[in-house]
Amino acid sequence: MDIKDALEMVSLTHPGMVRAHNEDSVACEPSCGLVVLTDGMGGYNAGEVASGIAVSVVSSEIKHYLQDVRPEDKDAETGEDIAVVLLRKNVQKANSSIFHAAHSQPQYAGMGTTIVSGLFYDNRVAVAHIGDSRMYRLRGEEFESITRDHSLLQEQIDSGMISKADARVSQNKNLVTRAVGIDEEVETEIHVHEVKRGDVYVLCSDGLNDMVEDEDIADIVKTLKSNLPLMAKQLIQAANDNGGRDNVSVILVKVNGDFVAPRKMFAKILSWFKN
Amino acid sequence: MAAKIILSMDGVVLQEYPLSKERMTVGRKSHNDIVIDNLAVSGEHAAIVTIQNDSFLEDLDSTNGVMVNGMATKKHFLQNNDVIEIGKYKIKYLNDQPTQTTAADFERTMVLRAPVKPAATKPTLATTQSIPKVVTTEDALDATGKFGSTGPMSGSIAKAAAKAPAETTGSSQAPAVVQILSGPNAGKELELIKNLTTLGKPGVQVAVLARRPHGYFLTHVEGATFPVVNGESLGEQLRQLKDHDVIELAGVKMEFYFKS
Repeated sequence: MDIKDALEMVSLTHPGMVRAHNEDSVACEPSCGLVVLTDGMGGYNAGEVASGIAVSVVSSEIKHYLQDVRPEDKDAETGEDIAVVLLRKNVQKANSSIFHAAHSQPQYAGMGTTIVSGLFYDNRVAVAHIGDSRMYRLRGEEFESITRDHSLLQEQIDSGMISKADARVSQNKNLVTRAVGIDEEVETEIHVHEVKRGDVYVLCSDGLNDMVEDEDIADIVKTLKSNLPLMAKQLIQAANDNGGRDNVSVILVKVNGDFVAPRKMFAKILSWFKN
Repeated sequence: MAAKIILSMDGVVLQEYPLSKERMTVGRKSHNDIVIDNLAVSGEHAAIVTIQNDSFLEDLDSTNGVMVNGMATKKHFLQNNDVIEIGKYKIKYLNDQPTQTTAADFERTMVLRAPVKPAATKPTLATTQSIPKVVTTEDALDATGKFGSTGPMSGSIAKAAAKAPAETTGSSQAPAVVQILSGPNAGKELELIKNLTTLGKPGVQVAVLARRPHGYFLTHVEGATFPVVNGESLGEQLRQLKDHDVIELAGVKMEFYFKS
């Protein structure tokens, strides 16, 4: 099945109930199975600039590269999937663009952005993230976050200083320990996950998960998985009904079919001889 | 304003301490930040660790232990107005940070960062780091002057101001019920206790009833036909339900009403 038929993608972004600007950006490229979501930070409109740069660099560059390379191939140097290399390289590219813009224009000083991006290929998804934008996965009845925030709070949870229950009332929710565009280099966390038919992936900015409890997000996703546009509306509505203190964005990806990469000719012949 | 603690005994305030250090110790010996000269208090009795706006109380294996709000504890995440008891002494924790947050703070965004490059640092335990260097624009500092003085943390970038914990959607909503009027299940009542309740038959026709702070809303989810309310087709639109509205869905009639 062609990837654009196998995946259903919907995105929605909203400034929320309190803020005038929307510093979140989203992009979906159904033709190459790519989704990108960012949540910018920085004074005036710098947050919007940073998140906008990140989304456009990552989505357009990866789309461009995918015309010549196959994401399921292995990189000659590192042995990683090309998809992983593409994500890392282009997040780094976005990082440099934002970093240099921030240093050449005083009004953009200190701007940065979080990012979460998924590249679907060959029944897999490579997930890259920096900061506290998340990707959740619904598989069967199980709904869980498949990214771990780069935040002070997550570090505190990991080190056992604070329980998950206490974390809900922490006032340190807004501190991230990694962001795109703050330093010359950035370390992107990337993992490759197997994809199964029926999975629903939810990418979101912290405007969703800070305002809506995980159980309530899970409830909405499970209930409305047959209607993604409505699910997106409902998620944003839930965040806004609870106060909508931050911009809130979601990208939803539903896996309706297999998308196995066509094997190369010589691999086919090879498997012939093996049999 | 940073958090503070107030030491008292038998209702008499003895002293007030701002939580200005990352770690403040309480004990009988004189090297503690808060000295309580009483034999019921251990040499080093407890410590209060403060990270940004959050403070934690830790019992340092004291002989007589520590109580918070009447419960014995080894470690506690302090909340505004918590009362710590050590022997006959009481320590009240005050942190009114959230109420001081103004709408303007949400507009402001700031960047705080340690001298080390975040790219190079592995996530480490934040408490042992030194005071961070602030690298940011002037206005970011203005918005968050409070952070610079107390924040012992590893490279962190702050996004907007403190957020209150999420409340549960629709908890304030009056309870309502859908009663089935026709078909084999006629007479059955469905209490709308969840934020989202689905109605209909999956694969045929499904609608969802969302409980929101300002009412109950019905929306079409799947199926070729749309739900009908009081004889009117809903289309793709959502509709707020009124008391005694009649819904038709997948050939079944039902009535929505508030429980009084």
